[in-house]
Amino acid sequence: MDEAAERMGEELRRRIIDLFGRSLAIREVDAGSCNGCEVEVNALTNAIHDIERFGMHIVASPRHADMLLVTGAVTRNMEHPLLKTYRAVPSPKMVVALGACAISGGPFGRSYAVVGPVDRFLPVDAYVPGCPPRPQAIIHGIMVALDRWEERSR
Amino acid sequence: MSVDIEEIIREAPSGLAIRKERDDGTVHMTVDTEGFADLVAYLHARGGRLVSLHAADRRAADGAFTMHALIDLGVIVEVECAVRPDRASFHSLAPRVNAANWYEREVQDMFGLVPDGHPDPRPLVLYDDWPEGIYPLRKDFDPSVPVPRVPREYRFRRVEGEGVHEIPVGPVHAGVIEPGHFRFSAAGEPIIALEVRLGYVHRGVEKLSESIPYRKGVFLAERISGDASAAHSTAYCQAVERLCGAEVPERAEYIRTVVLEMERLYNHIGDIAGIALDTAFAVPAADGLALKERVLELNERLTGSRLLRSVNDIGGVTMDVSREEAMKVISRLVGLRQQFEKLAATMFSSTSMLDRVEGTGRLDREKARPLGCVGPVARASGIDMDARRDHPYAAYRNLSFRVPVRDGGDVDARTRVRVDEVRESFAIIEQALDGMPGGPLAAEVKEVPAGRTAFSLVEAPRGEVMHWIISGDGTPFRHKIRDPSFCNWLGMEFAVRGNIVPDFPLINKSFGLSYAGNDL
Repeated sequence: MDEAAERMGEELRRRIIDLFGRSLAIREVDAGSCNGCEVEVNALTNAIHDIERFGMHIVASPRHADMLLVTGAVTRNMEHPLLKTYRAVPSPKMVVALGACAISGGPFGRSYAVVGPVDRFLPVDAYVPGCPPRPQAIIHGIMVALDRWEERSR
Repeated sequence: MSVDIEEIIREAPSGLAIRKERDDGTVHMTVDTEGFADLVAYLHARGGRLVSLHAADRRAADGAFTMHALIDLGVIVEVECAVRPDRASFHSLAPRVNAANWYEREVQDMFGLVPDGHPDPRPLVLYDDWPEGIYPLRKDFDPSVPVPRVPREYRFRRVEGEGVHEIPVGPVHAGVIEPGHFRFSAAGEPIIALEVRLGYVHRGVEKLSESIPYRKGVFLAERISGDASAAHSTAYCQAVERLCGAEVPERAEYIRTVVLEMERLYNHIGDIAGIALDTAFAVPAADGLALKERVLELNERLTGSRLLRSVNDIGGVTMDVSREEAMKVISRLVGLRQQFEKLAATMFSSTSMLDRVEGTGRLDREKARPLGCVGPVARASGIDMDARRDHPYAAYRNLSFRVPVRDGGDVDARTRVRVDEVRESFAIIEQALDGMPGGPLAAEVKEVPAGRTAFSLVEAPRGEVMHWIISGDGTPFRHKIRDPSFCNWLGMEFAVRGNIVPDFPLINKSFGLSYAGNDL
């Protein structure tokens, strides 16, 4: 990973220790993505980016999560599963809208099969633009969400 | 395939077909509604493979819907029939041609045309709460009017008996994967039956395409299944190029080939690493995923996009590869190839891994063929097919490569087919970069005339992608997209039977299917 991203990761690690004492648990939900964003979320955990060394862990269940990473324009068929997943995350919780579709609906926004961008259904703390966002951008977006979280809990 | 198409047509049940040749080398036949299923079933029985089965709403121009079946008999035969709106039904092919099953359910959801005699006429894509009588691909459907949610229940197939229980999984899974629901009926550990229910990421791509100008459609095509951006955009561009008669320059054909093979590289390497991951073989899993990242980085260096987006355009490509850059990529590939061979050697010399993959999730040829399976899944079940060789496009006819085929039909065979294909991809990229001819990057593109039909096939990492377009006024009038996953999901339902539940993730990984591409 490049030096700038490395520095950002280290800073993020310190923030996570400050705010959470230990680590940040993240659950990803594909609410209608083309799977491009999933390629990049998966890249976060490969040996090159390896976000676990910065104290972030992608967990298997929303019940273990502090943060939801949501990708895709929310489809009609994923609206309820998304809301159920959100409700399963214990409070306080954060939401990151990942990628152009999650933010605005992207090219799918005006389809009969899509009900809207993520912030129509969930309170979004950070938006990560890109199609798909690069792994470095996702790490940066998580940092922005932590800033928002800190502001909210003050 | 050495099939005498003339003989097949001569021997067809009499009075069935009106035949005409199309200038793109396909054979086109028109039949009446009654004879449609018979003719397609006959062609299938003569060794044809169902490439696609779909409908179009031509009521405004011709007063009827049309059904279209594409059959691969070495040459592609397209069979067409009209379906009268007042009947709105056709004879189901599914009892005779298993591969027609999901296509007909899709036609029913999207057009409201009922497949008479279909063994399983439940909705496929549109959900429990979708009201009856609203069909999104009909031309009189207004996408700006919100569709209400109504109570409607989807019934899963039930397996009954003492000790049989159901395990529902998804749509939100434990891993970072796409959403889908798996309903297992199990007796203890062994799986008796699996029902895959998809449609969660149905975004209405085909309808959207009808309102998007051709050039912008490339952008949409790249987002049908994100990890097959190059394959889908190439298939879309080729279909549009046929519609308007654009001759893509040779250099662009070579660049497309390089990009398509880079896509195969990162997908296959990721899928192979996934097999190591799902057998808890941590070291090659980590090595493989790091190697995939190196390919993604190389993608970015070559094209500016890790997912190889924005390369394709109607008429050619948007970017060039300099001689110097090509040489750098070739030398980088040498190193990656060595790492890949080390990875493959580690994996296939481990008896504990082989113990998990050998004989697991077996899909034999006798099941795979009638289901119309494609890609590495088909090739691992002894079906020798590859669009790059059988229906060449881009620069493939000028390059030499092998199509690996195995007949184990299990997780092992599917993984080894991918390993062999990675080796071929390395060689293809090298040949294409080395032998790249000079010349322009894109042809001048004329306006696309309305009312024409064209299709194209591309061998994506998962198998054959098909795009089929009837041109309209500045946009497609009808755009049928068929991702390889749509052909292979049913194969997995069969492959898991008799296996234990803990082997399911491994079998699923070895099929490596797209949800977004399937759901559209």
